[in-house]
Amino acid sequence: MSDSNALVPSHERGGALDLGGDSQDFVTAYIGKQLFGIPVLTVQDVLGPQRITRIPLAPPEVAGSLNLRGRIVTAIDVRKRLGLRDKDDDDPGMSIVVDQGGELYSLMVDQVGEVLSVPKKAFEQNPATLDPRWREFSDGIFRLDKKLLVILDVTRLLDFTSSIKQAG
Amino acid sequence: MDDLLSEFLTETSESLSTLDVELVKLEQNPNDPDILSNIFRLVHTIKGTCGFLGLPRLEAVAHAGENVLGKIRDGELVVTAEAVTLVLESIDTIKYLLGELEQNEAEPDGDDADLIARLNHFADTGTILGGAAPAAAPEPEPVEDEPLIVGESAVAVDSDALQAAFDATEVDPEFATSSEPEEQPAAPAAPPAAAKSQQVAPAKKPAAEQKAEPPRGEAKESSVAAQTIRVNVELLENLMTLVSELVLTRNQLLQMVRGKDDSEFTVPLQRLSHITTDLQEGVMKTRMQPIGNAWAKLPRIVRDLALEMNKKIDLQMIGADTELDRQVLELIKDPLTHMVRNSADHGLEDIPGRREAGKPETGTVTLNAYHEGGHIIIEISDDGRGLNLDRIKAKAIANGLATEGELEGMGEQQIQQFIFKPGFSTAEKVTSVSGRGVGMDVVRTNIEKIGGTVELKSVEGRGSTFIIKIPLTLAIVSALIVESGGERFAIPQISVLELVRASNNSEHSIERIHDTPVLRLRNRLLPLVTLKKILGLDTQDQTDESVDEEAFIVVAQVGTYSFGIIVDRVFDTEEIVVKPVAPILRDLSLFSGNTILGDGSVIMILDPNGIATRTGEITVGGSQGVEGKAKTDSSDRETTSMLVFRAGGSEVRAVPLALVARLEEIDVENIEHSNGRPLVQYRGKLMPLVFIDGSYQMKAEGRQPTLVFQDRERTMGLVVDEIVDIVDDVLNVELTADQDGLVGSAVIDGKATDLIDAGYYLELAFSDWFGTEDNGGEKKRVLLIDDSPFFRNLLTPMLSVAGFRVTAVETAEQAMELKNRGILFDAIISDIEMPGMNGFEFAEALQDDELWGEVPIIALSSHTSEEDFERGRQVGFSDYVAKFDRDALVSTLVQTLSNV
Repeated sequence: MSDSNALVPSHERGGALDLGGDSQDFVTAYIGKQLFGIPVLTVQDVLGPQRITRIPLAPPEVAGSLNLRGRIVTAIDVRKRLGLRDKDDDDPGMSIVVDQGGELYSLMVDQVGEVLSVPKKAFEQNPATLDPRWREFSDGIFRLDKKLLVILDVTRLLDFTSSIKQAG
Repeated sequence: MDDLLSEFLTETSESLSTLDVELVKLEQNPNDPDILSNIFRLVHTIKGTCGFLGLPRLEAVAHAGENVLGKIRDGELVVTAEAVTLVLESIDTIKYLLGELEQNEAEPDGDDADLIARLNHFADTGTILGGAAPAAAPEPEPVEDEPLIVGESAVAVDSDALQAAFDATEVDPEFATSSEPEEQPAAPAAPPAAAKSQQVAPAKKPAAEQKAEPPRGEAKESSVAAQTIRVNVELLENLMTLVSELVLTRNQLLQMVRGKDDSEFTVPLQRLSHITTDLQEGVMKTRMQPIGNAWAKLPRIVRDLALEMNKKIDLQMIGADTELDRQVLELIKDPLTHMVRNSADHGLEDIPGRREAGKPETGTVTLNAYHEGGHIIIEISDDGRGLNLDRIKAKAIANGLATEGELEGMGEQQIQQFIFKPGFSTAEKVTSVSGRGVGMDVVRTNIEKIGGTVELKSVEGRGSTFIIKIPLTLAIVSALIVESGGERFAIPQISVLELVRASNNSEHSIERIHDTPVLRLRNRLLPLVTLKKILGLDTQDQTDESVDEEAFIVVAQVGTYSFGIIVDRVFDTEEIVVKPVAPILRDLSLFSGNTILGDGSVIMILDPNGIATRTGEITVGGSQGVEGKAKTDSSDRETTSMLVFRAGGSEVRAVPLALVARLEEIDVENIEHSNGRPLVQYRGKLMPLVFIDGSYQMKAEGRQPTLVFQDRERTMGLVVDEIVDIVDDVLNVELTADQDGLVGSAVIDGKATDLIDAGYYLELAFSDWFGTEDNGGEKKRVLLIDDSPFFRNLLTPMLSVAGFRVTAVETAEQAMELKNRGILFDAIISDIEMPGMNGFEFAEALQDDELWGEVPIIALSSHTSEEDFERGRQVGFSDYVAKFDRDALVSTLVQTLSNV
C-alpha cells in the first residue's frame, strides 16, 4: 500500500485505476477540446472511419454496429453519451474499441491521441460541481501540464440500464 | 445392429479399457479406496446393463467379478496380485464375450462356470482356486463314482488352494497352518464349487479351446469402439462456429468476384466454395441426432400417467429417426415432454369419459416428426376432448386478459391462443403432472427462442394438434434480405410465406382503412405494417402515397397470424449466421440478432414475432377472425345462411342458400314458352321457369331476378320479384305449412319469413327431378333422424319424391323405440348433433344390434371434416353427407341401398 493509493477514489469502480506502481497508462482521445483517457489495458483496438450500420429504435447514443474482422462491434457515440452537441465539421472521427463482458464496443471520438503515462500523484477526484452526467462517467481527473485528463469509466459509459433509470 | 446394443458395446469397451488401467493401479496401490470404488462401479455398470439387455452369460461373469470386488471394497478380502489376475481374467472373458456379441449380436454358447466358480470361491474364502481348478478337473471319476471321496477331494482341493494361497499371498498364516477347525467351514462351500467346475469341465474344454486363444487377443480392440469416438460437445460447437465463419468468408469472397467474369480466382474459389459447403454439411452432421433421442423418455411418462389417471393411452411415435441439430434437440426436449404430458393429461378423457363421448377407450397421442423445406415439423396430436373454449374464455376474463366484449369479437383461433399466455391453465384441478399454470407460455417462448413457431388446431370434442416448426440448425439460417429506409435487414426465411409486389396498376394494390394499409390477397384482407414506420426510419415527410405506388410486401406468418411487411426493396436470400445482439440492445424486441453479410456489412435480423407483437398483440390470430367467428357461432347455436327474397306479395320468403346454385337476372323478353310452360335459354340449354304460385305475374318487361337450382345436367329457375338479402341466422322453424311449396315460417333477421320448400318447386319443374330409378318394386324404407324440424320437413318430401318411404323422428331415442317395436328399415339417415343421444352414440348402439345392426346408416352433419368422416366410419356409419348436399344424399342413399 503506497501513499498514492489514498488518492484513488474509495468506491469500487476505480478498480481499473488501481494497478500499483507510480504511474498509469491511458489511451487518450479528444472530443471537442476535452482530453479523455481510457485505461490502456481495456483497449482492444483503435479504428479509423468505419462503415456503420444504423440500428433503428436503439438508444440515440448507439450509433450502430460494425464488422471488425468478423466480429460485430456496437458503436457508441460518446459525444451523445456525454450530452455534447453533434460535431460541426464532417470529419469522420475515430474509434477506440473496448471489451466489456466479452462484447466489443467501439467508442466514437473526434480523435485518438497518444498513449500517456501519467503519475498517480496527479490524480484528483471529480470536482463536485461537475455536470452530473460527466460525474457519472468519469473516474476522476489527472492534472497534466497544460490540460486536464478526464478518465472515462467504460463500464458506466456502457451501462445503459442505469442511465435509462436516470432519465426516467 | 440394435442401437441399444451397439451403444452398450461402445460404452463397455470404454469402461473396460479404463478398468485395465485401474486394476493395474490397484495392484500397485491396494489400499486406495477411490480406485477400488471406481473399479467396482464400472463392473457394476456392466453387470447392470447386461441384465437389462438380456445377456445372461456376460451378466454372470460380471456378477461374479463384482462380488469379488465388493468384498475387497468392504475390506473382507485383501488385494493381491492373484486377486487382480483373477479379476483381470474375468474382464478378459467379458471382453471376449463382447467381441462375440459384436460379431454375432448374440452371446456365444457355453458358460464360464469355471471362472465363476473360482471367482466365487475367492469371494467366499479369500483364497485363490487358481491353478487348483484345472488340477481338479482331471479327477472327475472319483468324484462321481465314490461320493465318500467327494469330501476328501474337495478338502484336498481346498488345501491345495490354501497351500497356494499360503505360498503366494501371505494370507493370515494362522489360516494356512490351521487344520481341522478351519477347514470345516470351508468344506461345505467348496464341494458345490468344485463339483460344478468338474461337471462342466468336459463340455467346456473344447469350447474353451476354440474360443479362448485367438479371439481373446483380438477382442482387445473392439471394432465398434474403433468406429466411433466420443468428442466433447464443446469441440463440435467450436468447429461449427469456425465453419460458420468460413462460410461467411467464402460468401464474402464470392461477392467480390461476382461480376468479374474472367477473374483468375473464379475456379479456385468455386472449389473452395464446394469444399466449404461439404465441410459445413459434414460438421452439421456431427451435430445431428435423431429426434427419437428426445422422445425416449416419453413412453415411460405416458405409461405412468395412464396408470395414475386411469386412462388408456396409446403413444404413437412416427419419424423418430428424423434428425436435427443437437442444440435444437436439447432445447425442444422439455417443451416436447411438456406438450405430450399435456395431451395425455388434459387432452385425453378418462375411460368413462371417452365411452360417453362415443370414442374408443384407448386414447391416442401421436408424435409425428418430418422434414419440410429446411425445417423440422413436429406434430403432437391427441384425439381427446380438445380445448374448451368456454373455459378458456372464463379464464381469460378471470385473469384480466380480455373483457367479455373483446372475447365476443374474437374467433375460435384467437381464443385458443390464450393458452399461450403466462399463468394460463384450464385444467380444472392441478394434478401431479400438469395444470400448474406454467406451461404453454414457456413452451412457446422456448420454441420461439430457437426461431421456431407453434401452431394450434383444436376442435372441441375431437382433440387438439400442436404443430411445431423449427429450423434444422440454429447456426446457419437462410434469410431474406430486404431494404427499408435505406437500411438493409434480414428476415428469417422460416417466417416468410410469400412475396407480393403491389402497385396501383397491378392486381394487388395497397388499400387504406383510415390510414391503416391493408392488402387483398386471395379473398382475404391482409393487415400490413410499414417496416420504415415501425422502425422509426420514416424521416421524410409523409410520402406514403408515393410508397404505395410500388411496394414489396413480405407476407410473414407468426403462429396462425399472417401479416404483410411493406419494404422498399427485396434482395436475394442469403445464408446467415445468427449472432446475438449486444446486451445494451437486448430489449429491442424487433430484432432477433445480427449478422455479417457476404459483403462484410453488419445487418440486423428482424424478428417477425416482435413485429407482430409490436403491431398490436390483440390482433394475433385476428386474420382468422371472420372465419373463426362463423365457426364459433355455428358451434354455439347452429346458424344457416338463408337467401331472403320477395315473390308475389310483400311478405318475405327464404330458402337455404346452399340449395341455390346461382342468382340470375333474366330479361323478360327472352322468356319463351314450350308446351305451355315458360322456358329460357340458359347456358346453352333450356331452363324451365317456375313461379312461386299459380297466381304469380311476371313483369311485362325488364329483368326478372331468378334463383337457379341445379342438379347434375338440369337447371330450374324460380322467378322472384326481388332478392332482399342473405342472412345468417339461427333457424327456428314454426311449422304451419299445409300449403304446397312451404316448409313453414321462421323469424329471420327479425321478420317473420316463409321458408319455401325447394323440393316442391323442383318437382314442379321436372316431375322426375330426383331420378326415381327404383320406380318399380317396393319403395325402400328410410328412417330419418334429425332434431331440426326444418330439415325433417325439407328432407322428408325430397326423399319421398326420390322414391323412398320416409319415416322421420326427432331424436335417437325415438328411433330406438321404433327399433324396439321391431320396425324394419332399409337405411337410416341420422343427424350427428342432437340433444340427448347424439349420432355417434346412436350408431354405436346399433353396431351390434340384431335387428338394425346391418342397416346402413348415413350420417348427416353440417360439420364435415376429414376427422368427422373418419370418426363416423369408426362408429359404424356407412357414409357421411353434409347437410344441404341434397344431391349427395340422394345418390349416397341410392348407392348404399343398391349395395345391400
